[in-house]
Amino acid sequence: MSKAFVRTEFHPDLPPPASESGPIAWLRHNLFSTWYNSLATFFVLYLAWLVIPPVLDWALFSAVWEANNYKECKAGGTGACWGMIDKRFDLFMYGFYKAEDHWRPNLAIIVFIIAMLPVLFDKLPGRRMCAMFLILGYPAFTVALIRGPIEMSSFNSTMGIALWVVAFVAAAYWGHHNAKKFNAVQSGIGYAIAYIILFIVFIAWGMGLTPTETDTYGGLMLTVMLAGVGIAVALPLGILLALGRRANSMPIVQMLCIGFIEIVRSVPLISVLFMAQFMLPLFMPEGIKFDNVMRALVGFSLFAAAYMAEVVRGGLQAIPKGQFEAADSLGLNFYLNMRLIVLPQALKIVIPGIVSTFIGLFKDTSLVSIIALADLLLVAKQSYTDSNWLGLEHTAYVFIAIIYFCICFSMSRYSMYLEQKLHTGHKR
Amino acid sequence: MSDTNTAAADNSGPAIAITGMHKWYGDFHVLKDINLTVERGERIVICGPSGSGKSTMIRCINRLEEHQKGSINVSGIELTNDVKNIDTIRREVGMVFQHFNLFPHLTVLQNCTLAPIWVRKMPKAEAEEIAMKYLTRVKIPEQAGKFPGQLSGGQQQRVAIARSLCMNPDIMLFDEPTSALDPEMIKEVLDVMVDLAKEGMTMLCVTHEMGFAKQVADRVIFMDEGEIIEQNEPNEFFDNPQSDRTKLFLSQILGH
Repeated sequence: MSKAFVRTEFHPDLPPPASESGPIAWLRHNLFSTWYNSLATFFVLYLAWLVIPPVLDWALFSAVWEANNYKECKAGGTGACWGMIDKRFDLFMYGFYKAEDHWRPNLAIIVFIIAMLPVLFDKLPGRRMCAMFLILGYPAFTVALIRGPIEMSSFNSTMGIALWVVAFVAAAYWGHHNAKKFNAVQSGIGYAIAYIILFIVFIAWGMGLTPTETDTYGGLMLTVMLAGVGIAVALPLGILLALGRRANSMPIVQMLCIGFIEIVRSVPLISVLFMAQFMLPLFMPEGIKFDNVMRALVGFSLFAAAYMAEVVRGGLQAIPKGQFEAADSLGLNFYLNMRLIVLPQALKIVIPGIVSTFIGLFKDTSLVSIIALADLLLVAKQSYTDSNWLGLEHTAYVFIAIIYFCICFSMSRYSMYLEQKLHTGHKR
Repeated sequence: MSDTNTAAADNSGPAIAITGMHKWYGDFHVLKDINLTVERGERIVICGPSGSGKSTMIRCINRLEEHQKGSINVSGIELTNDVKNIDTIRREVGMVFQHFNLFPHLTVLQNCTLAPIWVRKMPKAEAEEIAMKYLTRVKIPEQAGKFPGQLSGGQQQRVAIARSLCMNPDIMLFDEPTSALDPEMIKEVLDVMVDLAKEGMTMLCVTHEMGFAKQVADRVIFMDEGEIIEQNEPNEFFDNPQSDRTKLFLSQILGH
């Protein structure tokens, strides 16, 4: 017998034994792998047995689906009173926005969803076009649609200013687009085009529509508006603040950014909202009237931007120095380095943090009920204090909780999808 | 020689001229009175113990590090705080790092085309053609669609070399390109570097691969404690070192 050994033929791959694949293997691995795991499985099953039947009973079997007031609800069953939701559904969705105008926010949200789909899922065509539309056209479109006629050609209205800012930002983007340096002529043309489009949008949509008052806005519509604008402003502004905070070569900019972030983060959102409510008008020139919703929007966006800045900064810090050096050594300037190398990686790392901030922002919109805006939460509260529907707080709160959950959970799932898609590390 | 504010490369003079260059990290004097002239097409290997300032010196050449005293002239352009000059020099000087520093979110091909497209304003198709040419030269055209994370260390380093070459640089700086590699992968990277040297690229290479130094270098430079201790052509350098520090260093790295 010699100790030497040489393998002359390779062993074929065999199918795994039954204990390694299939549903039984899954059960064994995940639920009953050890005795304490089995115990935990049975305990959870027992808890489910205790909790689920009464919940189903309350929500479905003993619920009242048709009712005109709380007395009929009480008489009809011991469960939820979905009849109230049915009767007050419009209030939950639109607040006191006039019923004949409900198609306007509906159209706005449908257009938003359609335009958003190619941006969210890159398998669909037209991504670039939709993104341009969402940035340049959609804000004006929506404002004109929901708000109605506005004096576009002057600074007289707050919406006019907002639209003017949109046109200006669009122009700034245009000036950089495909150009080595900032191209002022291109920017000017871009601005003119953006402004004309906005003007046409205003004429086309604003003129035929009756103007609406912002204090009639409410319910889910207001919640989505606040969160949407907050998110849309917070991300870009947060990125700028984070970059500013790291700009060691520009001490003044750095100080301003640090000051803004630290001050805003150190005060409660409620006080920011109160400040926006009462202090903002003091700083504005004579003749400019900020309405309630607008003030809340400003407060929200700035607050969220400060948090976003810190989340983004966390991502920037995670980028190894070698990445900056490699980009430098290839001759990329600061702007290209940030846009092509650093931010794509940094933002990918902090997707969970960004989405957490978005979700937090969405739920924080409920705080505007304190400054008398009728968001989803306040509408729910108004429902069960209405003399027709007294004492139905369970139903009202469960209903809005479901709405909040659906929206926040979708955001969370989307972020997981995005992480999966952008993962390039060791996928083989 | 010291015409400062011209950002146009001058191809007649030496590739790199460093005179009386000093650098400090805070109180620490890292580089002391460095004088070095590199002719066009010259291949230089820089060796020395760790912490001797080799990497810092070549990183000063494309301004990844800033020097505080003396002057550095690259293709006739003086390195100052002028961002334009720095950008021009960085476009002409390629660099390969110890840890590759590929961009992990981009494919191999995108890594190679990024700088030509955005910095040189080259059309995408042309940039891709050039990238494929260099990827073929480093012998990994078939990996073009993969992400860096899916490649071996040696392959990643060859991509990094191709990425630098795509900018068509006059000078290549190598900062310990094989130090982070497994032994079996060192050869594939060195082969690429030898090929490059044969084609007449001006190269500055910080490395401990003495075989490489003997094979391609025109000059070997030994640094210790921030100073250039000795420089000579490779045969003389290895067979007949003059300074005691050089002798000690060579006995340590060649002794086993």
